[in-house]
Amino acid sequence: MTDNEKRPDGRKFDEMRKIEAKSNLIKRAVGSGYFKFGKTVAISAVYGPVEMHPRHLSDPLKAFIKFRYNMLPFSTDERIRPGPSRRSKEISKVVREALAAVIDLEEFPRAGIEVYSEILQADASTRCAALNAASIALANAGIPMKDLVASCSVGKVNGKIVLDVAGKEDSDGEVDLPIAYVPSENKIHLLQMDGIITKEEFKQALELAIEGCKKIHKIQVDALKREYESVGEEVIEE
Amino acid sequence: MITNIDKNYIKKMVEEGKRVDGRKFDEMRKIEIKKGYLEKAEGSALVKIGDTEVVVGVKMEIGEPFPDSPDEGVLMVGSELSPISSPEFETGPPSEDAIELARVVDRGVRESKTLDFKKLCIEEGEKVWRVCVDIQIINDDGNLIDASSIGAIAALSNTKIPKIDGDKIDRSEFTGKLELKNIPIACTIVKINGKLLIDPTFEEGNSTEGRITITSIDDGSLCAMQKGNIGGFTPEEIYKAVDLSIKEGKKIREMVLVAKDEN
Repeated sequence: MTDNEKRPDGRKFDEMRKIEAKSNLIKRAVGSGYFKFGKTVAISAVYGPVEMHPRHLSDPLKAFIKFRYNMLPFSTDERIRPGPSRRSKEISKVVREALAAVIDLEEFPRAGIEVYSEILQADASTRCAALNAASIALANAGIPMKDLVASCSVGKVNGKIVLDVAGKEDSDGEVDLPIAYVPSENKIHLLQMDGIITKEEFKQALELAIEGCKKIHKIQVDALKREYESVGEEVIEE
Repeated sequence: MITNIDKNYIKKMVEEGKRVDGRKFDEMRKIEIKKGYLEKAEGSALVKIGDTEVVVGVKMEIGEPFPDSPDEGVLMVGSELSPISSPEFETGPPSEDAIELARVVDRGVRESKTLDFKKLCIEEGEKVWRVCVDIQIINDDGNLIDASSIGAIAALSNTKIPKIDGDKIDRSEFTGKLELKNIPIACTIVKINGKLLIDPTFEEGNSTEGRITITSIDDGSLCAMQKGNIGGFTPEEIYKAVDLSIKEGKKIREMVLVAKDEN
């Protein structure tokens, strides 16, 4: 595939699927977020800071982040058995670590901050969508953070590095590389990879993923701003 | 857990360019590999990295293939962070750390394409070989991922395929060895006080600002990666870690290849 050639769904190699982001959609939650990449849909809610349960995990110096990534049974072609799997536990761990890195945990000693992401529909990059939605939800909950974390994935499909793999590319691709990135500090907080890739290709892939994350970061900020702009309008109307 | 005094000491040493055990930042501890360490398992290895000690056993089982790959064998990797190896570990179902450890090792082996799963098919859609790799930590002095990854590939490299007698396995006879196409090696690098250190000890592993494991194969390509712990890496730090892991991976691969089969 050359730079001008199109991918199975007509996108260019550095083009992401259509993205939609929203905040504050679950009213009972302290904060919430929604993130959609093409057909992949994640919603996330934040509860807390609350008293930490179980209590032995509470840290006298900082808050403890609980995070659960969960794919709903109807999110894929074949039904998924409900409940945690080894895959979902690993994803919950790496996403939690990425979120914990940007939250000012010392602001809430002994407390727990509960973050939940549900995958409503899955078409690749579900961990990225879960993290993007959770990041919006945390900011929407007013939890002090250094920055928002943005996440997307790159892949190698038919020998070509492409941004945001989807559909057939996901099953046919040789490499999948999801990352999470914080633009203000130029740091990668989540990185997983599977598949054979040369060092040079990896560098190219990481650079492409970082560009993708920068775009997503803007979309996340816009989603949060929109929420507060509408609050501002209401106040003016009154 | 380790105390803040210890953490601060480790960080202060790193600032002065030193490590508590006197190693250089890019220096591994002494590695010892014993292949064929056990007799009942079809493949096994004992690996020591410094004081860290891991035993890996491979059992070959007959099972059903997955519906989406009816003509392919199955690889399963499990790990137990047994309470025998550290006061940190408890009995009970596998912890998040144990799951991550097993999945990172699994990904390294699987994605390296070292196993030809089609050759592990016995009867399409009905019977295939299931290669069950189990990791047992004996002593935890850090860097369990690398020790387990070396253990897994060393154990697979001396795995024998038992004879099939009708529906049963005759484990007294073997039809051949499990073929490996390459030797994937995982290298774990942590960041402490802004510096990259290879092969963290238990104390170093608990003082990090991020951890990254990079698995490389014989031709110097990469086949799996996993970032862990709280704390991020700049792209430049990741490229540096990639170079270091390929370089050290090459040395460790040689050690796996030349390790004597005790069985």
